[in-house]
Amino acid sequence: MPDDQQIAQTILDYITREYADALQGAPIDANTPLISSGLIDSLSMVSLKMFLDQTYCVRIPDAEASAEAFDSASALVTLLRRLGVK
Amino acid sequence: MKDPETPPVVAPLPSGSQPSYETGALRLALGLAPGRPFNLGTLLSDRLCEQGHGGRLALVWENHSGLRKDFTFGDLRRYSDVWAATLADLGIVAGDRVCLFLDRVPDLYFAFLGILKLGAVAQPLFSQFMADALEVRLADADTRAVITTARHVEKVRSVRARLPGLAWVILTDVKPGAAPVLGAGETAMNAESAPARAFTPFPASDDTPSLLHYTSGTTGRPKGAQHVHGSVLSQFATTRHVLDLRPEDVYWCTADPGWVTGTSYGIIGPWAVGATQAVFEAGFSAPRWYDFIARHRVTVFYTAPTAIRMLMKSPPPAAEQLVSLRHMCSVGEPLNPAAVLWAEKTMGRPFYDTYWQTETGAIMISNVPGLPIKPGSMGKPVPGTEAAILDAQTHRPITTPGAAGLLAFRPPWPSMFRGYFKAEQTYKGKFVGGYYLTGDRGSVDGDGYYWFVGRDDDVINTAGHLVGPFEVESALLRHPAVAESAAVSKPDPTYGEVVKSFIVLRPGHPGSDELKLDIMNFVRKHLSPLAMPHAIDFVDKLPKTRSGKILRRMLRAQEWGEPVGDLSSLDD
Repeated sequence: MPDDQQIAQTILDYITREYADALQGAPIDANTPLISSGLIDSLSMVSLKMFLDQTYCVRIPDAEASAEAFDSASALVTLLRRLGVK
Repeated sequence: MKDPETPPVVAPLPSGSQPSYETGALRLALGLAPGRPFNLGTLLSDRLCEQGHGGRLALVWENHSGLRKDFTFGDLRRYSDVWAATLADLGIVAGDRVCLFLDRVPDLYFAFLGILKLGAVAQPLFSQFMADALEVRLADADTRAVITTARHVEKVRSVRARLPGLAWVILTDVKPGAAPVLGAGETAMNAESAPARAFTPFPASDDTPSLLHYTSGTTGRPKGAQHVHGSVLSQFATTRHVLDLRPEDVYWCTADPGWVTGTSYGIIGPWAVGATQAVFEAGFSAPRWYDFIARHRVTVFYTAPTAIRMLMKSPPPAAEQLVSLRHMCSVGEPLNPAAVLWAEKTMGRPFYDTYWQTETGAIMISNVPGLPIKPGSMGKPVPGTEAAILDAQTHRPITTPGAAGLLAFRPPWPSMFRGYFKAEQTYKGKFVGGYYLTGDRGSVDGDGYYWFVGRDDDVINTAGHLVGPFEVESALLRHPAVAESAAVSKPDPTYGEVVKSFIVLRPGHPGSDELKLDIMNFVRKHLSPLAMPHAIDFVDKLPKTRSGKILRRMLRAQEWGEPVGDLSSLDD
């Protein structure tokens, strides 16, 4: 069972890999704002949501997929825990 | 070397009908003498200085980190002169296309004005475009220079070898004293740190090209809609009338200047009026947006239905955060009645929906102060604009209230586009029977209110931005698992529409959720987040006509739950 830090790291690894163009080598951590900073366009949330759905076998409801809930790896960990990810 | 004294020639207006705006009064209000040269860049910066208002605040800029910079109209004049002189030093001349590939940094606004002062053509591109999307637009425009930052320059560098006309790449954020990172044909320029330069602006006329905005169609590559300096008459009129903007206002337009709203009403209209613009260089965040409105005491707010629907999903503002707001407008896609009603309840006033396009250059149909809003309607044609609903077969106006047809406008009007760059036949094809065809279907009710019905073609309007299916399908063909595909619009509760792709896989590539995610990210990384399919269906084959053309309308109708129509041409 992954702890919060491991889930956050999985998310950060995915973002670092898939958004290398946007990050341009800038370091990110679990609290780095992603959507509100403009680092990731809000339209990209759908692919991030699909990654989380597949990785953690959940289905994040559209109503929960807000810019605030997706704004950082730590916020996403909170969301996943609330949805029952163990 | 081109003759800088000779204004570039553009195609004449395609209709012989008389201008429908009362341009004389608008010219008078802007201090323009009939028949005398003027320059849009000068009009937006120097004019207020010459009237003794150089100290008036023009731009309040803030980024996500909280860094704030204030710029007066005097600053706009100084920094745009620096840009114009620098571009001239680099050999850029009147008529050359100069691409602004920037986030909303201050130099975007200064360089925009400087390009106009030089008589060159500003080509703003959405900075979230990836290399493939960037390349087709730079190649089509034969762009001479790209102004960008370190964050985006690698995308330019990756395609530069295939752009022989691209003479210069100009970076605005190379810090003084930093290690040299500039390659061949690259230079650095930041107006705030450059010494002042004097510059004599290019003597433009109404028809001198000013802007090239790329937009997507059903077929082929994106097309560059050519605009002119004289467009300011429409933008000035509608900024005053529809946005109700006055010099004492603090105005926030959330549109990126990579799109036409971000230039027509994110630069030209408000500074023609002499208002203060607040610019927030950041992404979406409801709490941050409400805080921005409160701290800068924003009075007029112009945003998009997708943003409004994202606000609706977020915690509401505190009542005291929005006390400064007195008017709010929306643009980009139809504003659903629920959003109008939510705003009235939550923000204390409704959003006024506005309708226009990249090609129209300015608002054409709108809800305006004083006109009762019918939630869901785009309102009525603005004064001086002749709108019509045309029969799809005869192209004659339909007079039956509520009957759907082609939404069209009677040309010309000052901000009308004057051509698609290097695509004259496509441009001419937009004018039929003395009308400009928008490509949208609509209806008009017995009270004269217009209602959006849908697109008349296969273009996908996602979050208020048009995505061409051809561009998505072309990108998908580069994915090793994709044999062929069709991209259509799919309804979405937040973005209005999103891209959905139907894909036939190559042998040896079994469909899976992991492959769907890989394909989604592939399109995002090659084109843009806008073009990324939000849904993918793997299919055995695509519906085609007997001549082999993909029947997108059949797939689209299925997604929207609409009748698929005549299928007599369907193969098998």
